[in-house]
Amino acid sequence: MTDQPISAPKEPQSVTPSRLRRALDSDFYYAFRHSPVAMVSAAVSILLILSAVFAPLIATTNPFDPTTLNLMNGFTPPMTPNAFTGETFLMGTDDQGRDVFSTILYGMRISLFVGFAAVLFAVVLGIFLGLLAGYFGGWTDSVIMRAADVQLTFPSILVAMLIFGIAKGITPVEHRDQMAIWVLILAIGLSDWVQFARVVRGATLVEKNKDYVSAARLIGRRPSAIMIRHILPNILSPVLVIATISLALAIIAEATLSFLGVGAPPTQPSLGTLIRIGQGYLFSGEWWILFFPACTLLALALSVNMLGDWLRDVLNPRLK
Amino acid sequence: MKKTSTILAVAALMSSTAVVNAETLKWARAGDALTLDPHSQNEGPSHTMRHQMYEPLIIRDTSGAFVPTLATDWAPSADNPNVWVFNLRKGVKFHDGADFTAEDVVFSFERAKQPNSDMKELIGSITAVRAVDDHTVEIETDGPNPILPSNLTNLFMMDKDWTEANNTVNVQDFEGGEITFATTNVNGTGAYRLVSREPDVKTVMVRNEEYWGRNDFPMEVSEIVYTPIQNAATRVAALLSGEVNFLQDMPVQDLARVDGADGLVVKQAPQNRVIFFGMNQGADDLEADNIDGKNPLADVRVRKAMSMAINRDAIRQVVMRGQSQPAGMIAPPFVNGWTADMDGESSTDLEGAKALMAEAGYGDGFSIRLDCPNDRYINDEAICQAAVGMLGQIGITVNLDAIPKAQHFPKITDGKTDFYMLGWGVPTYDSEYIFNFLVHGRESDIGTWNGTGFNNADLNAKIKSLASNTDLDARNADIASIWRMVQDEQLYIPIHHQVLNWGMSESVGIEVDPEDQPRVKYFTMK
Repeated sequence: MTDQPISAPKEPQSVTPSRLRRALDSDFYYAFRHSPVAMVSAAVSILLILSAVFAPLIATTNPFDPTTLNLMNGFTPPMTPNAFTGETFLMGTDDQGRDVFSTILYGMRISLFVGFAAVLFAVVLGIFLGLLAGYFGGWTDSVIMRAADVQLTFPSILVAMLIFGIAKGITPVEHRDQMAIWVLILAIGLSDWVQFARVVRGATLVEKNKDYVSAARLIGRRPSAIMIRHILPNILSPVLVIATISLALAIIAEATLSFLGVGAPPTQPSLGTLIRIGQGYLFSGEWWILFFPACTLLALALSVNMLGDWLRDVLNPRLK
Repeated sequence: MKKTSTILAVAALMSSTAVVNAETLKWARAGDALTLDPHSQNEGPSHTMRHQMYEPLIIRDTSGAFVPTLATDWAPSADNPNVWVFNLRKGVKFHDGADFTAEDVVFSFERAKQPNSDMKELIGSITAVRAVDDHTVEIETDGPNPILPSNLTNLFMMDKDWTEANNTVNVQDFEGGEITFATTNVNGTGAYRLVSREPDVKTVMVRNEEYWGRNDFPMEVSEIVYTPIQNAATRVAALLSGEVNFLQDMPVQDLARVDGADGLVVKQAPQNRVIFFGMNQGADDLEADNIDGKNPLADVRVRKAMSMAINRDAIRQVVMRGQSQPAGMIAPPFVNGWTADMDGESSTDLEGAKALMAEAGYGDGFSIRLDCPNDRYINDEAICQAAVGMLGQIGITVNLDAIPKAQHFPKITDGKTDFYMLGWGVPTYDSEYIFNFLVHGRESDIGTWNGTGFNNADLNAKIKSLASNTDLDARNADIASIWRMVQDEQLYIPIHHQVLNWGMSESVGIEVDPEDQPRVKYFTMK
């Protein structure tokens, strides 16, 4: 495992990095223009992300501000005036009188923020550990990759719940609501670094025996500089592909944790929390509390995932 | 051929009796019993579970009237006004076959008076329990106690020998997380015996064929399978699918759905239980707030403002869907001492509340943590969430911590919460019970559920004197004056009186008990 013989030290690579990049760009656009799936998913993703970013401008109410809530608005069906207050809501209201439409916009912010931040965290950690393992080999590699193997034997949602539970236990209750989001990011990020580390390690093993790395070593560059300045840029494209697919998975992981009641608090609901709240009212006919957040989550996860799939096909045709 | 037909006839006979006897009550509710130890945790669902297997001397029927159980009759002694004489039922056996005698009664009372017992407030006035003979017991109190029988309806009788043999004489230290033999094993005199118990998962009981009242009660349920299901939707789904046939904590949003379903009925009755918030006014500084060196809850104006911020009608309409009655005092209407006037004293007045907050020096508000159970009362977490919004409107930022009751209740009894939700049912139907647990200052044997830090020596003395006051008019006047003080001090923020809904299969026959205590021996099964 530590000293893998590299059978093909010279891979066919006829173009220089800058031209390769330019060529990729044009391929990229060509493929994008000729893939309706990619265009639709990109449009949906961008629309959802923008509406989340600009939620305060779009939303009619701020669902996180308890002073604006009126409990009497609770359980108002979509587009129907409330029996007590006469107010009408596009997607109805939930059990606390929150406007479902506004709550979805704000909830999506939390879902997306947690998703992006968790993936970023996992990417940084994964690249760091993967580079170390691949470049140094030996016991460094053994320790890191055995840790990764151990973690892979548990379902990642279980690892996330474990981390979440421990973090919740050591945070004081007063700060729990504020900390919940960061703990979610930590939990999902920590449960997700392994795949990045594995890919980066594999690519580093290939790259570190190439001539340009030997040359850098010969002129006396430090290992950290070689790893970051020389190897890293050449192994980024598979990382980006995995990151995109991971984003969709992280959004779903966040929703799962929140649905199970261990994620975002009810006073700051993410999409998963909204679905959890809504499923209690399915039998009583208040379908809109669950339906709209669930549709939003579906659209978000599906479009990001399709985009990731397409990206993988384009950037890495061998995986097709 | 003849032999075969005989076998068939016998088989048919056996199967028909088996059909009559094998009726399983598949029973679900939101939470589990906290423990099976009869004298630990004076809590509704825990008592409910025990009532199937253990028995007190007396129980109440659904109208609140006494029903002789392990005692056949009782009366104050002719010789000594401080003594009650109880005649015990003869021929009663514990599940392990031992005889139930006066010795067991004496033992059970002693056990229930231990420091770890949660029943000690109920029998605080008892100075001695004596076995006159095998089936007669004398209970002596520190003064004449006319309402003593009311305090005994949840006081379960254990077998002295069994308890001693299994090293479980001491009541478990529930707050300390202690597990003893009696917390998971049962040897009672009740109509059902314990078969297996996995806390929070499943408890199975079977009919006790040697029960003393086997022929006096329907006892048509041969087996009880009790499953706690915290999630409301899952609970209703289980009832709709037939996985359970008796659902005690019906989610209010699903009443119409269940009542309209084929073969299912919902039965309703007002419950002897009030839901309220407690506030720690006794501490110099609160841990869970953002004000240093001062306790905003110590100011009665803040407490009044908080009560005025709560819109009880909105909670009734939206959260409870009409299944509650807004409350102005922490006594249900069933209770001696309740008055319609005091119960109507809660009002919603946001402007007045803001003015009071400003007057108290908290015009900018403060932040505080609200501790709330999420598997005990009807829509408990949703009520707390609604309160978060309502208190936010007068500047109080509330951080909600909604957790299972098994972790929530110890916070109150250990004084680890400054603002909490609690519900109180009154099995004695008398205000003294409420005062003993919730109003009297906290001491080792009284006021144990009073998490407010309120401790008024004059009031304490008045509460203590209630037990031996035989002049009922004077006693009622005292009760009224204690309530006046509780109201004026806004000791608690009353929310509402619960309305009970039990959902069940049409084949299950039982009427709703106002104390939410179904006793399976009364159930009929069609």
